[in-house]
Amino acid sequence: MDHGDYPLELPEGDRPMVRFMNVTKRYGSLTVLDNLCLDVAEGEMVTVIGPSGSGKTTVLRMLMTLETINGGIIYVDGKPLTHMERNGRLVPADERHLRKMRSSIGMCFQHFNLFPHMTALQNCMEGPVQVLGLPKAEARARSEELLEMVGMIEKKDQHPSRLSGGQQQRVAIARALAMRPKVMLFDEVTSALDPEVIGEVTNVIRRLVGEHNLTMLMVTHQMGFARDISDRVCFFYRGKIEEQGPPDQLFGNPQRERTQQFLSAVKEAD
Amino acid sequence: MSIWEFLQTYGARIIDGTLVTAAQFVLATLVAVTAALAAALGKLSRNLAVRGLAVTYIELFRGTSLLVQLYWIFFVLPLFGITLDKFTAGFLSVGLNIGAYGAEIVRGAIQAVPKGQWEAAYALSMSPARRMRRIILPQALVLMLPPWGNLLIELLKGTALVSLISVADLMFQAKQINASTFLSAQAFGTALVVYYLLARFLITPAMRRLERVMAQRLGRA
Ligand SMILES: Nc1ncnc2c1ncn2[C@@H]1O[C@H](COP(=O)(O)OP(=O)(O)O)[C@@H](O)[C@H]1O
Ligand SMILES: [Mg+2]
Repeated sequence: MDHGDYPLELPEGDRPMVRFMNVTKRYGSLTVLDNLCLDVAEGEMVTVIGPSGSGKTTVLRMLMTLETINGGIIYVDGKPLTHMERNGRLVPADERHLRKMRSSIGMCFQHFNLFPHMTALQNCMEGPVQVLGLPKAEARARSEELLEMVGMIEKKDQHPSRLSGGQQQRVAIARALAMRPKVMLFDEVTSALDPEVIGEVTNVIRRLVGEHNLTMLMVTHQMGFARDISDRVCFFYRGKIEEQGPPDQLFGNPQRERTQQFLSAVKEAD
Repeated sequence: MSIWEFLQTYGARIIDGTLVTAAQFVLATLVAVTAALAAALGKLSRNLAVRGLAVTYIELFRGTSLLVQLYWIFFVLPLFGITLDKFTAGFLSVGLNIGAYGAEIVRGAIQAVPKGQWEAAYALSMSPARRMRRIILPQALVLMLPPWGNLLIELLKGTALVSLISVADLMFQAKQINASTFLSAQAFGTALVVYYLLARFLITPAMRRLERVMAQRLGRA
């Protein structure tokens, strides 16, 4: 693999917020993602759908740098994420580079992963205080504002064990936003929730789409929600983008047979 | 001689010995906890040399007897130019020995913290050290308290061996009284009871209390 073929920085005018260039991911002999190319523009909401095991989570985890990649390169805001420059050449990123770069990326997980030994407010303040070095008062103001936005300000002094799944997920969204990321990743954030509380989480994401210029990449099984809020939908099949397009086109008039099969199978299950 | 007469005559020495045992216990606990934490983190380290050092310590101190370790530290180390007074050699040996067992408890607890917690901390851009200190260790602490409770009782019992290098602890006093009076039942009986009372009414309740406090911190109670 030669990193030398990739630009040290993306040129002005061709700088999507996120760019996957020929990204390959393998686990042993299993190729999970195969030469993936995917751009996400600034402020764009891209939804990833597809059958279980098709590599959706892996895409988000690579962008969060939770997984290393086996080939290709990822750029964030025009700068290499998975690589860094050394003597005019790109080499695989070290821990410090990753830490610096990933601070512009926030992620929400299927199982929330709130810190159980901290209150909702402390969960939100942890990153700003410990990582960004913000004064406590400023971090608190920022966190309270976000907890207000997700409708959790009344519960700010509760520990996660006292919160319902929907409430925990809303705190987790506030916690990620408190780092002021440029890109937000949502990995099936409603999959672990009881049906009656899914709405409170999707409504928060709806507000984010409406009111903020965040770039978002979301994996979901809720087709209706995806159709409502996405700028673009990507259908993944076996580690490749089988088909992508505006939601009305992909859901209303899918071109590929596998997309049609998947969508009708999902419709039947609903 | 009745037990009351015995206590009237030798009570002061028993108390002196108990205080020395208590001091040995507290200091050995500090050594054990420190050594256990360092060895556990070392064993989880990515650095091969650090990992090797931690594994060597754990294997060495778990694989050989406490008494031999005590004699080594007190009688053999001076040959290498490291001379420790008997009191220090005592709690250091006991602490290092128990710390080797504690290391496995700490490591197990760290690894039992759900992977999602590491990932959430990572996603907030925390450095590895900060992840460990702020997110993982506080949760691991709650998990490791119950096994530590048992281990500290082992540690207390282990301190009795320091009498063999003439640290004037409870066991040492009991032996001395026995040697001069041949009141074996009273002397060793009292020692037995005092060790039991310390474990049952000091260590166990203190650990329970700590467990409750830590559970509350997690918002569980
Ligand atoms: N840590 C791992 N080790 C081995 N295989 C993995 C690992 N993580 C994911 N996989 C495999 O990679 C494939 C894609 O996984 P994933 O991205 O989680 O799929 P999706 O989110 O679309 O369900 C699956 O076949 C899964 O079994
Ligand atoms: Mg998944």
